Amino acid sequence: MPASRTASRLGLRFFAVGYLSMLLLIPIGMIFYRAFEHGAGAAWAAVTTPEALHAFYLTILIAAIAVAANTIFGIACALLLVRTKFRGKALLNAAVDLPFAISPVVIGLSLYLLYGREGWFGGWLLDNGIQILFSLPGMVLATIFVSLPFVVREVVPVLHEIGDEQEQAAQTLGANWWQTFRRITLPAIRWGVAYGVVLATARALGEFGAVAIVSGRVSGSTETAPLWVWREFGQFNLTGAYTASLVLALIAVTTLLAMNSFKRKEAT
Amino acid sequence: MTSVAGTRAAASPRLARWPRLGGAALGRGFVTAYLSIIVLIPIAALVAKSTGGGLDAFWTSLTSPLAIRALKLTLIASAIVVVINVITGTAIAWVLVRDNFPGKRIMNSVIDLPFALPTVVAGITLLALYGSDSPVGINVAFTRAGVVLALLFVTLPFVVRAVQPVLLELDREMEEAAASLGAGPLTIFRRVIVPNLTPAILAGAALAFARAIGEFGSLVLLSGNLPKTQVSSLFIFAQIESGNTTGAAAVSVTLLVIALVVLLLIGRLTHWSLRHAR
Repeated sequence: MPASRTASRLGLRFFAVGYLSMLLLIPIGMIFYRAFEHGAGAAWAAVTTPEALHAFYLTILIAAIAVAANTIFGIACALLLVRTKFRGKALLNAAVDLPFAISPVVIGLSLYLLYGREGWFGGWLLDNGIQILFSLPGMVLATIFVSLPFVVREVVPVLHEIGDEQEQAAQTLGANWWQTFRRITLPAIRWGVAYGVVLATARALGEFGAVAIVSGRVSGSTETAPLWVWREFGQFNLTGAYTASLVLALIAVTTLLAMNSFKRKEAT
Repeated sequence: MTSVAGTRAAASPRLARWPRLGGAALGRGFVTAYLSIIVLIPIAALVAKSTGGGLDAFWTSLTSPLAIRALKLTLIASAIVVVINVITGTAIAWVLVRDNFPGKRIMNSVIDLPFALPTVVAGITLLALYGSDSPVGINVAFTRAGVVLALLFVTLPFVVRAVQPVLLELDREMEEAAASLGAGPLTIFRRVIVPNLTPAILAGAALAFARAIGEFGSLVLLSGNLPKTQVSSLFIFAQIESGNTTGAAAVSVTLLVIALVVLLLIGRLTHWSLRHAR
């Protein structure tokens, strides 16, 4: 009996590690190899063209705007969901999760229809000289959409956990809502916020489908890093595509490390 | 923890009024307006477009041979992926909780990598090893097997992360009691462990399914733009590119409804099974 136990335990371990290696670890390792296949110089040259640099700049800019907006929204929404009662709360709670259930292409199409010339908003905005589609605002809107739930979902459980006794004490002592928020609530939820921000940033930096539709994909203008990778791969500039993928993958790994360290801080 | 907070909330009626001093109405207005502008109005525009030509037009675009073919591939591939995920995800969670070996912590961290990795990079990553110049001689580029592989990659964390915490909390005494009553390992697994894990497995499976049917970025390079590997999201993209937004909207709304129904059903089911387990 113990012998067969050990055998099945080792078998299961081998299976789990093998599956993860074949699906995840070895393919990601291959990215390193492919990027530097023709030397570090070639890799460097391929991702420092003006178009590539602009793509990375644009990706970072869009992610920064989207995550900042979603952080403010996320904290406000979480406070509303946990600390207040109102009609339609269950509905709001469900609506926040919607972006998780929707395909990025569907998100892209929704914005495309809304802000296109024929759309409800598009016609009026274009007549007034405001271009949303195929420019930065549309790409930001798409990125906000896909990364919307993260901060809310990380802050809500923390707010539940800390309770509101300290907030009440502060108000009893005469603090107004802003002082209470800044001195009591925000410090207490900071790791939850940080965790949500990291997740939202990772999602925003990698967004592909929705941005592919609303951006118009003009190289050097409305092309983000993931879109650049896609085009370069299609044009058989493999070194460039693999090197840029490697950069994005390294950002993802950094995200994971940040997540793990926040998790530990949250636990203590 | 939640139950503690819950009783606290019930015990203090002042809680409900907390930010009212600072204008809870203002906060509610901001949150509602933000959510409407970002999420709700665009979705409404999509639904309006899909049914704008009447239900007949909706049905015609949805049942065009290419749309049907894409939807069929999407659902079948996603179902296969969910079944594989249920088995491998539970096995991985088991190994992470019950086994101990060097490198386990690293293994635990890399599980989340598919969530952090941009989807187009996930596709390229798979092509680097299993593409046309594969060093291991496996080429899944432009095949349905490739579609399944990409979906497995992006949905990997769901079942693992749903099952892991439940397995951690699972009382070992129940298994020991079963063993002392003469149950073999297989019986214990079937009669004690599986029933306890089922709600978590189903919840993870539902999230994985919802993700799989909408996946786009990792497939765009792997599918090679061929009809036989065109899942619904790629079909929608192709329709937009060729100017047929009505057809794209009809399939989009269908995908959205399928995802919402699956998530809702599983939510109900988990809720129900949790209540009945107590």
